[in-house]
Amino acid sequence: MITLHRCWVYGDDVNTDVIFPGKYTYTLTAPDELAAHALEDLDPAFAQEVQPGDVIVAGRNWGCGSSREQAVTALKAAGVAAIIAASFSRIYFRNCINQGLLPIVCPELHRLVRTGDQIGIDRAAGQIVLQDGRVFPIPPLSPSVQAILDAGGLLPMLQRRFKGGA
Amino acid sequence: MSGCTFAEKALARAAGLPAVRAGDIVDVTPDVVLSHDNSAAIRRIFAETGAPRIAYPDRVVITLDHAVPAPTSRHAQNHAEIRQWVQEQGIRHFFDVGRGICHQVLGEEALILPGETILGADSHTTHHGWLGAFGAGVGRTELAALWATGQLWLRVPEAARITLTGRLAPGVTAKDVGLRLLREIGADGALYRSLEFAGDALSALSLDERAVLPNLLAESGAKNVYLPPDQAVFDYLEPRRTRDYVPLYPDPDATYVADYHLDVSDLPPQIALPHRPDQVVDLGDVLGQPVHQAFLGTCTNGRFEDLQAAAQIVRGRQVRCRLLVIPASAQVLRQAVQTGVLDTLLAAGATISTPGCGPCMGNHMGVPAPEEATISSGNRNFRGRMGTPDAPIYLASPYVVAASALAGCIADPREYLS
Ligand code: SF4
Repeated sequence: MITLHRCWVYGDDVNTDVIFPGKYTYTLTAPDELAAHALEDLDPAFAQEVQPGDVIVAGRNWGCGSSREQAVTALKAAGVAAIIAASFSRIYFRNCINQGLLPIVCPELHRLVRTGDQIGIDRAAGQIVLQDGRVFPIPPLSPSVQAILDAGGLLPMLQRRFKGGA
Repeated sequence: MSGCTFAEKALARAAGLPAVRAGDIVDVTPDVVLSHDNSAAIRRIFAETGAPRIAYPDRVVITLDHAVPAPTSRHAQNHAEIRQWVQEQGIRHFFDVGRGICHQVLGEEALILPGETILGADSHTTHHGWLGAFGAGVGRTELAALWATGQLWLRVPEAARITLTGRLAPGVTAKDVGLRLLREIGADGALYRSLEFAGDALSALSLDERAVLPNLLAESGAKNVYLPPDQAVFDYLEPRRTRDYVPLYPDPDATYVADYHLDVSDLPPQIALPHRPDQVVDLGDVLGQPVHQAFLGTCTNGRFEDLQAAAQIVRGRQVRCRLLVIPASAQVLRQAVQTGVLDTLLAAGATISTPGCGPCMGNHMGVPAPEEATISSGNRNFRGRMGTPDAPIYLASPYVVAASALAGCIADPREYLS
């Protein structure tokens, strides 16, 4: 099944300070509060206009800098369905998986789409589909990493494993 | 098909697979899982998972080192909670207050061996590459998962090679090499990569010095850092180890995404300026800058040879500013006592504290006043790192730290070495 997603497109080296400002890290915890400040210092329009199902499309080294998990959870709380980047900082990529938000490495996409464009994602086929028909592969994750994503993150996955239920 | 990097070989082993490639995501079962004073916080996450017990308690190592002896009752409570947890779970490799800094203690106890994998809830877990192990830092939730299941997923990193040639001049150390490399690579230049050392300059470094490189180079964003183990490492491990190991070496035709080369022969002492570890200049450019406190210690440069180097500088002289010496471990402290190194330092006016991290993270035992400059032998000088935002921190070798303590300002140790 192909799902349709609206893109927010950004450049290289976007750091976690502009994804979620450090000054809020110890005071804000509720998901809607986190969402209200997502990308505040990079693109003030984002928090106003983001809709559930939107995706981020970015250049190299998305999420560099601090290891704060809120830089992932704020976007997740804002309804972001996936982050597609030419590359991710190491800890950001891990945080995405562990918080249950799909990270997709795709070196070309940020040069081919613009903010507001729609793309299709076919998770079962492992493909991103552009409106002009071009197709890009979604690199497969190992089954165990996929299982973490499917469970909604590392903690829920462990909870299922040890507390039963799924 | 090209050969494999160290990281590819080490993670294939840790994942129980015949071969893996950079970019693959694999489930590894590390040989050692490390945490420290943060173990109480990890225990609380662990409790949420619903796991009944730690899966492999024999692979778990816990040290109390970051705030020891406990500076406040809250810290003491934190330690007490960890001790109880250690007992409940039957964790044998537990090192209480005063034994030393986690990375140093692991090396002394030979708990991690060449070719093995260690994941730690500490960003300087890269340290263990000094003996050819794969060491990487992870988050607290991930460490709780490691306790619960023994496994964690890792992406196999691309590798960059650093070739060191030549011989260091007197008064110049592995710390200067590491700082020079940070200057070149930058704070994110090795992001996500396995940094793999090569070159004939390595075998000339003592084991104490080798550990500086993978420790300090965590500041380049690297996932892990590797030094090829040689006979000196094997000889060191032989009387200490309790299991067999197979050292791993990259294939000669392995693929590297970057290649650095440094001839260390003409390298002058280096120094990192406030507030970035990669903001490094030649020491000669900042001589005479005032310092109020000189700190010799940390997992980067708190080993016996570091204390010995400082003693060589201060012997028969008196310090002009506070010289704080915190041995990286009890073993280092004992060796410094037995050899007279400690006496030399004390006679010159140094202050000695309990083995551990000391003020490295700003917890206690040497927090600077606002505007007071510290010259430290540690690895991080971010704003506020030592507990006070407006207190500049310089990073340099033990020689430079000792010489600056004598001068009361940043000074060149080579003037004191005859
Ligand atoms: S000495 Fe400093 S860098 Fe090393 S483990 Fe302790 S706090 Fe971390």
